[in-house]
Amino acid sequence: MSGAPAEATRFKARADAALADRILKVAVERTAGTAEAKRAVAVDAFPDFQAARTRAAAIKDHVVAHLGHYLEQFEANATAAGAKVHWARTADEACDIVIALCKAAKAKSVARSKSMLGEEIGLPHALAEAGIGRVETDLAEHIIQLADERPSHIIWPAMHKTREQVSALFKAKHRLPHEEETIAAMAESARRELRTQMLGADVGISGANFLIADSGAICTVTNEGNAELSLVPPRVHIVTAGIEKIVPSMPHAVHMLRLLARSATGAALTQYTTFYTGPKRPGDRDGPEEMHIVLVDNGRTRMREDGLAEMLRCIRCGACMNHCVVFRQIGGHAYGGTYPGPMGAVLTPVLDGLKQSRDLPNACTMNGKCQEVCPVRIPLPTLLRGWREKSWREGLEPQSLRAGLGLWAWVATRPRLYRMGTGMAVRAMRLLGSKGWIRTLPLAGGWTTYRDMPKPAAQTFMDQYRKERGR
Amino acid sequence: MTQRKVALFVTCLVDMMRPRIGFAAIRALEAAGCDVVVPEGQTCCGQPALNSGDTNHAIALARQTIVALEPYEAVVVPSGSCGGTIRCHYPELFEHDPIWLPRAQAVAAKTWEIMAYLDEQCGWKPEGVQVDAKATYHDSCSGLRELGVKAQPRRLLKPIAGLELTPLAGEETCCGFGGTFCVKYPAISNAIVGEKADAIEATGADLLLAGDLGCLMNMAGKLNRQGSKVRAFHAIELIAGMGDGPAIGEEA
Repeated sequence: MSGAPAEATRFKARADAALADRILKVAVERTAGTAEAKRAVAVDAFPDFQAARTRAAAIKDHVVAHLGHYLEQFEANATAAGAKVHWARTADEACDIVIALCKAAKAKSVARSKSMLGEEIGLPHALAEAGIGRVETDLAEHIIQLADERPSHIIWPAMHKTREQVSALFKAKHRLPHEEETIAAMAESARRELRTQMLGADVGISGANFLIADSGAICTVTNEGNAELSLVPPRVHIVTAGIEKIVPSMPHAVHMLRLLARSATGAALTQYTTFYTGPKRPGDRDGPEEMHIVLVDNGRTRMREDGLAEMLRCIRCGACMNHCVVFRQIGGHAYGGTYPGPMGAVLTPVLDGLKQSRDLPNACTMNGKCQEVCPVRIPLPTLLRGWREKSWREGLEPQSLRAGLGLWAWVATRPRLYRMGTGMAVRAMRLLGSKGWIRTLPLAGGWTTYRDMPKPAAQTFMDQYRKERGR
Repeated sequence: MTQRKVALFVTCLVDMMRPRIGFAAIRALEAAGCDVVVPEGQTCCGQPALNSGDTNHAIALARQTIVALEPYEAVVVPSGSCGGTIRCHYPELFEHDPIWLPRAQAVAAKTWEIMAYLDEQCGWKPEGVQVDAKATYHDSCSGLRELGVKAQPRRLLKPIAGLELTPLAGEETCCGFGGTFCVKYPAISNAIVGEKADAIEATGADLLLAGDLGCLMNMAGKLNRQGSKVRAFHAIELIAGMGDGPAIGEEA
């Protein structure tokens, strides 16, 4: 089969495995279902959510259009506050910078606060290769680290696991696991495990939800306080952040925060929202002695030129995947990239190449729900259609589809021939049906494997209409 | 009063699979005082090519459709997704074409989903129609999100005597059809439509109504495979007083 690329089979195989996993379905449904319901309540209670979305999109569009200006302003202000700003064009450059900083700090272990950018650039792997110990301090990332897996969601990395599975994992891996089967006891077990490791780390590494240009501050949001606990005690704090995370000023950041938390979890605000401006200053009681901010491009400026500028609005809330019918069925791992769901289907071709990931923009019903819930109004279906066009132009779509669509379009642009063809097709289809339904239809196995096809009427509309109206 | 001259864009799926929907549309439009024409040059709006990334063929079919439809005062489509293709995506297709863009925009601006047209443009309501049944309504995605079709079908169904409309849990959630999606990724599509079928069954309704034949065939086909007794119609069939005929998958 030269027509079907191996990658396509791989996505389908992953999706099939996910569909067969009933526990996965329960896990995804619990978390995404709750998030969907809570978000709806939060959005209803918000004074004018639609206007707030429009403003958020405008803020991001402005920043993306003037990225250089705001990044330079950020660098100047962060530097003035005592931080050191580093620039990385690629994922590898970003990892090299972080590893060099860790080595310079003679770090044996780092405490990491959950960051999707870190996942995107492959930082966990790079740290392991450099022989540097890594403590994942976010509870879900801790679960992922124990299970040696990858995150399946950008907000809840361990959403694919049920609490029952997590309980079993903790019992197998924690030194002093919980005895009672309660969430509180499990959280306590994780806390026992993590606290000492966290406080003993030489370097704290975080991402940034926002970079604030006019103050040089970075902002993290968490619900567990793990960012604060892993970034303040160590001697060195390293931030890795995508360059699109920039906002002009604090009021802009606050506007985005109001949308971020509501869109992600339905909460008005996360439990912890912290702004870090430079390292410890003279007279400060605590804080790191060094703060490094690694600003990562990794394809972002190219996105701006390649018609994907709107995707740079993304604030990584996860609402698109929580509301996606496909994600809800197959979960995040089936997507095969760092970012799953609709936003992942737009980003993965940028990061991993379209050839590797052409299935992702195609495995979408184009129902538009993701765009409807996106807090920054990203036209996700339009961007996905853009990838489909590119995939078609570059000949990555299966030959069978190209031939089928080509033949159909050739006939459909010849109305008289089309009428003859559809008339014949209808008569042929009717031969295959009984009692109104067709149970198996050649060339449409994808349909009839799972559902019946209604038998068409004896004549097409056009034939009947012509007869009735005597034309 | 001069009659509005309205072109019916039948859609390829209605043409081939369920002509009754086209005739129901004509009947309702005529009752609303329109002079309905079915332009000869029409076939398919090109949506399958558009959504597959095959822009050249999408453009060829869009041009053919524009030529067929532009002479009329209004274009009415018994499908939210085909209507959405003409109204929202044709202008995008010709974004960089100074000759075709104004023509695409002109046709887009006068293209309406059938129930939105009857309700908003004609201010019409069905009279003397009776259907004794409990029905539930699924909001097809393109009609809902691209064309804002939500209240119109409900307003048109309300005057039908004997019809009880019961809400469908997740009525705005995609049914998993997605055009070519359902045959490109059949297992995922099946999982989605399976949940939709369960939600429909849970309403206890006799009838499933929607505004898009693709979605209806997907849901009705799944319901039938599961042995359900729920009967599926395009809402316009009931609105036009044709709800006493065969449902989708029933012999005439």
